[in-house]
Amino acid sequence: MATTRTTPTTLEQLLAAREIVICCGSGGVGKTTTAAAVAAQAAVHLGGKVLVLTVDPAKRLANALGLEQFGNVEIRVPSEAFAESGVTPHGELWAAMLDTKQSWDDLVHRHAPDAETRDAILKNPLYTNITARFVQSHDYIAMERLHEIHAAGTYDLIVVDTPPTRNAIDFLEAPDRMADFFSSRLLRLLTVPARSRIISFASRPFYRVADTILGSQFLEDIAEFFLLFQTMYDGFVERANAVSRTLADKRTTFLVVTTLESAPVRESEFFVKALNDRKFHLGGIIFNKVLPDYLLDPEGVVVARVMTDEAGRLAAELAQRGMPADQLERVLREVGDSYLNFRVVAQREAEERSALSALPEVVASVPYFERDIADLGGLLALGDQVWR
Amino acid sequence: MTDLLDRRLIFVTGKGGVGKTAVASGLALLAAERGKRTLVCEVDAKGNLADFFETGPTTFAPREIATGLFAMSMNTEESLKEYLSLQLKLPLLAKIGPLASAFDFVANAAPGVKEILTVGKLAFEVREENYDLVVVDASATGHIVGQLAAPQAINELVQVGMVRDQTGWMLDILGDPDVTGAVIVAAPEEMPVNETIELAGRIAEETVVDLAAVIVNRVLPELFGRSEEELFDKLRTDRHRARLAEAAGGDPSVVLDAAELAVTLRRTRAGHLDKLRDSLDPSLPQLYVPYLFQRSHGVRATHEVARFLSEELGY
Repeated sequence: MATTRTTPTTLEQLLAAREIVICCGSGGVGKTTTAAAVAAQAAVHLGGKVLVLTVDPAKRLANALGLEQFGNVEIRVPSEAFAESGVTPHGELWAAMLDTKQSWDDLVHRHAPDAETRDAILKNPLYTNITARFVQSHDYIAMERLHEIHAAGTYDLIVVDTPPTRNAIDFLEAPDRMADFFSSRLLRLLTVPARSRIISFASRPFYRVADTILGSQFLEDIAEFFLLFQTMYDGFVERANAVSRTLADKRTTFLVVTTLESAPVRESEFFVKALNDRKFHLGGIIFNKVLPDYLLDPEGVVVARVMTDEAGRLAAELAQRGMPADQLERVLREVGDSYLNFRVVAQREAEERSALSALPEVVASVPYFERDIADLGGLLALGDQVWR
Repeated sequence: MTDLLDRRLIFVTGKGGVGKTAVASGLALLAAERGKRTLVCEVDAKGNLADFFETGPTTFAPREIATGLFAMSMNTEESLKEYLSLQLKLPLLAKIGPLASAFDFVANAAPGVKEILTVGKLAFEVREENYDLVVVDASATGHIVGQLAAPQAINELVQVGMVRDQTGWMLDILGDPDVTGAVIVAAPEEMPVNETIELAGRIAEETVVDLAAVIVNRVLPELFGRSEEELFDKLRTDRHRARLAEAAGGDPSVVLDAAELAVTLRRTRAGHLDKLRDSLDPSLPQLYVPYLFQRSHGVRATHEVARFLSEELGY
């Protein structure tokens, strides 16, 4: 086993010394599946209790893990699911999904000073709206749940699939943003009218304009909401800071998952820089859906060109009973064209890959799986590609 | 049903990674080429709309990037400033800077406010008839419903005030299927297809906006018909492979393997396409844009997308 002093070169070595792995990357790159595959490998090879915490799993992924459904509570993936794939894991694999609304409610329950305030917050229409619709609340809640589960110490390794965000770094900033928000001057400004009716709403330019735009009733609703929320100020800020510390902890590492298309690669570069700026640990990059190397084979190109350019001649030479020349010509040309087409994409991807590969300690590639992953065996097969 | 490009406001959405911006850019380019004065607006500040036209960074102020084609990036703070200066006509303008950033902060927490500044600006351009068509590279599937439903959300939350007063005409524009339409971009893969089906339902239930079309991007070409596939399988046997190697002057193994991969990928994806077709209203137009085997995603690729869309729309 690798010690923390040796630079790890495989995912197995990297994860042996970590307690939290955060998988990030832009939407549609296969983050959730990769997180589950990595967690399954860890359960098989490293042992201990491994949890994959996911945000919005495909139904198929739940099925692949042998679970009826995901919930906010952690569920153990049955050992029969492993047995079906002919694998005996050293450890246990657990899975849980993030339920944003439930997690917010839990937070309020924990931090509200008394039952009355708690109920007032839970009933406030703005609160309902924020927890249900406020996009960025996902980011914070994901990190908050991670912190909570980690602090409970139940799991040896937690693999987190991050929520889809407008920008991949949003969730990194979420804890700080939450703390800033509760400490902000603006929040105090907004809660003034509710705290002190002596200051007339209309007496200050800020309120006058805000009132014209939004109407004073709405403004007062906002004020009430924030005033209630402020009772939880200390708990929230302390908590948000603790979450920030968890992200920066040396037991935490980040895996950037990306395909080799240009937009996800750009975002990954941006993300790698953001991790470095914050001194968070970039453990590795996983390239997903990578086209096979043989598309770059020099002999392949020559043969493919011959098949395309001289399809007629080849067909005439190769035709025999059951292989009519005209059909054969079409097939040969299609096959040659297809190779040259995919080669263009493979070349573009190779360039993208070399630009990103220099950055982290561990770089792994997952080939383009021809079929969808339908069971734990499929997840393990995917995991095998990146594990060692 | 109104022809897609004869509408005035099109929101293009879809799961991350399916090529939403490529399709929005292609649609806008096609409209401009067909003589419509067109505005294309990116809503999420990722700033890559410019890449699809190989033009400089886009800003809140629209810029003509091709004949009849204008591009802009949404910025809710700027949108608020513009709105206030139009509505209040106050010399307040100078002081608006800090107010706007404070407002932005509130808008982050108060649901619907930021969204309505976005949707409001776009609907405003339509109402004022500044353009024949506004194409919006809108938010991804997770956020689009909140954006399109913002006027209703504001109506529920805000009882009086200027913002509420504005929601009426916005709803008129958004709810008129001759004027406004949503387009979902999908890719022939499992998650994008599932999200498309789910989103189609949510748009119908939770917004007033008409779903105008589903555009499936990156459809792989079909290499062979059935009898050709049998022939291909024969070619891959050792005997015929050796004969082909001799005739072509080199080992064809990797070329044949690549074709096999292409066939399998196409077949897996066809299953997802079938599911999409079976799950959506049969009267809803579904357009297909093939996978582009190109070196980059610049303006040439955008022209290609526009060309395929043109064919699919029957122009």
